[in-house]
Amino acid sequence: MPILELKHVSRHFGGLLALEDVNMIVEVGKVVGLIGPNGAGKTTMINNISGLDHPTNGEILFQGQAIHKQTPHKITQIGITRTYQNIRLFGDMTAHDNLLIGQHARGRATLLESLFFLPRYLEEERTLRQRATELLAQFGLEHVTNTLAGTLSYGDQRRLEMARALAANPKLILLDEPTAGMNPTETHELGEQILRLRAMGITILVIEHDMSLIHQVCDEVYVLNFGCMIAQGTPTEIRANPLVIEAYLGVDEDSRSPRLHT
Amino acid sequence: MGFLIDGFNQLQTWLLILLSPLNITEPVLQFMLVSAILGLSIYLTLYTGMFSLANGGFMAIGAYVSVLLTQQAGWSLSLSILTGMIVAGIIAVPIGLPVLRLRDIYLAIATIGFGEVVRIMALNFDDLVESFIKWMVQKEILFDSLISRAETSDMLDITIRDNGNVRVNFELLGGARGIKGIPVMAETWMLVLFLIIVIYFIIRLHRSRLGRAMAAIRQDEQAASNMGIDVVYVKNVVFVLSAMIAAAAGGLSGHLTRIIDPSNYGFDLVVDILAYAVLGGTQTWAGPVIGAMVLRALPETLRGFSELRGLINGLILLGAIVYLPSGLVDIKGFRGLVAYFRNNRTQRKEMVKDNANT
Repeated sequence: MPILELKHVSRHFGGLLALEDVNMIVEVGKVVGLIGPNGAGKTTMINNISGLDHPTNGEILFQGQAIHKQTPHKITQIGITRTYQNIRLFGDMTAHDNLLIGQHARGRATLLESLFFLPRYLEEERTLRQRATELLAQFGLEHVTNTLAGTLSYGDQRRLEMARALAANPKLILLDEPTAGMNPTETHELGEQILRLRAMGITILVIEHDMSLIHQVCDEVYVLNFGCMIAQGTPTEIRANPLVIEAYLGVDEDSRSPRLHT
Repeated sequence: MGFLIDGFNQLQTWLLILLSPLNITEPVLQFMLVSAILGLSIYLTLYTGMFSLANGGFMAIGAYVSVLLTQQAGWSLSLSILTGMIVAGIIAVPIGLPVLRLRDIYLAIATIGFGEVVRIMALNFDDLVESFIKWMVQKEILFDSLISRAETSDMLDITIRDNGNVRVNFELLGGARGIKGIPVMAETWMLVLFLIIVIYFIIRLHRSRLGRAMAAIRQDEQAASNMGIDVVYVKNVVFVLSAMIAAAAGGLSGHLTRIIDPSNYGFDLVVDILAYAVLGGTQTWAGPVIGAMVLRALPETLRGFSELRGLINGLILLGAIVYLPSGLVDIKGFRGLVAYFRNNRTQRKEMVKDNANT
């Protein structure tokens, strides 16, 4: 059963075709990779799914429901969260408070209830704080609970952003280059974290350049080049696909055949 | 309640005796408290990352509405101030919805524009009504009821000359002269009470979902919306709250001064309010409160310097901005400053020592 479906999605910026007739199906409970050279349109696609940007043409369906005209906060409320390529934590807040904000969509208490310490506010605040503490533990961030997010180490910031995306109890998480700037050990640990999320029943769409991570976690991979979807398959299939190799490495001028095969 | 007010008045007498070396008299203290409330009204919007300068306009709305209600309709002070707040809050909604899409300096300019519209409306309201009634009389719309109204009311005066010329005289807001003879109903303890209520409200706000959403929007609007925060909604709620606090400050100050006129609520006021927040700092609510009080007390305290007063006042403000760029209420900044001077001193001592050795 597909959880996310892109049907003929195009996004044009003036004359620039960032996405051109992209079709994609993400099945429930799978980890799907999205790869492609720089400028291929990967982040544009994530922005369109998460509602920060809207497609020029085509439809995006989440659990059969059209979401391509929705605002970002509505999309979060129905179960899609994301991380960013260049980390966008709330730097002036502690790690713990970042996770409280991440749970915003789950809260119900009104301002009036918090003004007068009414039971629903107190109850809700307790559960939100408890969940934030659990998430910190789950991502190995207990030692930075009260540290300002902006002063955390790079790896901790990446992990905190993932924890924050998980905080809203999403059904689908979009990860935009989660391992950028990480060393191989950290990358492998992050891969295991992704697999743990999948075990929890969460579907994941991950943009990644690191092929070892793709092999470690992905069930299926889509390849984007110049805004067009050029290939789709298992990680092993993709690695052998001549079109993909051409997109990444270019072609031999003489033979028009991929260099790697010679 | 009665003995509490007595107690407060005792406290206030002692406080004023303590403050008398600083030249702070009761009217100055009242002015400081009103400014502190205004400082909190701009703090809310700045804390949410909105550079809105509409506070002057909303203060005017609150002042005019509540003064008319006490003076003309004989309402009680608390009820008329509350009504002024509600009217300002309602007006804030249609203003906020389009204007809060703007950002930074563009938002500032649009909101200054709103303040000017309010001021000019207050200035010309009577003339507008006059010409409207004149037109109605000439067209004989509701003629009889207008004439009978003019006979009973001292606000409206209609004279029809033999040659058919109509003269209408309407006076409610008083144009540039403003409203005079307002009963002095507000007292210092009311200002203190309201300030405490607003501070309590803001402290609780910071610990609520809405308060956290406000901080998130200030830091990264897009990321906040991806957290499930309805950015447009939160911004408008904060704008309305800020308008209501400014309106209350207007209502309270209107009942302290006996007279209000449109020039009280112009661009100068907005610049002052912004200065409270900048001088005090916007990291906590205490910043604008302290900033407002210092900025209002300083000219009085420096009275002893007579003609040098303005100069010294300016130099103190300049020094505060240069050495405490994130405001007077900035613990980190103070520590940094202390460390800076201590380092300088030890360095100087070492230099002296070195010189002595050589």
